[in-house]
Amino acid sequence: MQVSVNGQIEEIEGQSLNSYLASKLILGRRIAVELNGEIVPKSQFSSVMLVDGDVLEIVHAIGGG
Amino acid sequence: MTDILQVGSYTFKSRLLVGTGKYCDLDEAGRAIEASGADVVTMAVRRTNLGQNPNEPNLLDVITPDRYTLLPNTAGCHTADDAVRTCQLARELLDGHNLVKLEVISKSRTLYPDVVETLNAARMLVKDRFEVMVYTSDDPLIATELEAIGCVAVMPLGAPIGSGLGLQNPYNIREILDNLKVPVIVDAGVGTASDATVAMELGCEGVLINTAIAEAKDPVKMARAMRFAIESGRLAYEAGRMPKKRYADASSPEIGLIE
Repeated sequence: MQVSVNGQIEEIEGQSLNSYLASKLILGRRIAVELNGEIVPKSQFSSVMLVDGDVLEIVHAIGGG
Repeated sequence: MTDILQVGSYTFKSRLLVGTGKYCDLDEAGRAIEASGADVVTMAVRRTNLGQNPNEPNLLDVITPDRYTLLPNTAGCHTADDAVRTCQLARELLDGHNLVKLEVISKSRTLYPDVVETLNAARMLVKDRFEVMVYTSDDPLIATELEAIGCVAVMPLGAPIGSGLGLQNPYNIREILDNLKVPVIVDAGVGTASDATVAMELGCEGVLINTAIAEAKDPVKMARAMRFAIESGRLAYEAGRMPKKRYADASSPEIGLIE
């Protein structure tokens, strides 16, 4: 199935958000996730299953003024 | 008596707020921010690079939320909706922390605040229980409206972002100070220490500085300079300056001179 992650289309297997983030080595890091325009609290990462067409935004803090 | 800066439900010891952009690396940013003595440190929210060096140091590992009050900004947002979305992501990123710096900037070379979208975003954020520190133009009417909406601090520019021109319209800043009860913090335009002092001597509650420190030849030293500049300006404001006169007024008594 296909999902959009930070503007890039990716082909992935069906899985939880938790396992997707783990596969990208960013699980447990200081990130925030938006799925189809809605914020996903960290506590729900393992219960959210990704489905075809999902749009993910994954953000972190960087330097800024 | 200790001089405290009160912004909404937050209290800070330092009246200098600093940014984290434009530094060579996180190490330099960390050292400069430490030297500045600032409590409030701004940050931006951006997409995470996936699959590229996951062990790269994170800003929040250097500027830790237990030591500093992180102030996420909405830089790069050109609409109220984008700004609100960014604030919501920042709140999640910082475990529910609700203090944000709202800035909705035009796509012009001046990076001038888009006050129409800023007002819209401020209303939405206050309704969503954010404590909003808002970057805006030095228009006194807009500043008053932003306070009425419920922003916890109003932050007019001294000059365009990153320009280092110093306060270009101190009369408007003074007018805003006269009209508002919430803290007025000059955000943007400071180029060197004396600019920061001018803002504080006018009665501003604080100054937010990024480029003037980060782009100094020695950012750590400039951070210290800014710290003292802010303290000096605040003390001078509290002390109350002498009136200006057109002619000289001798400092030494003119009686008792030897003949």
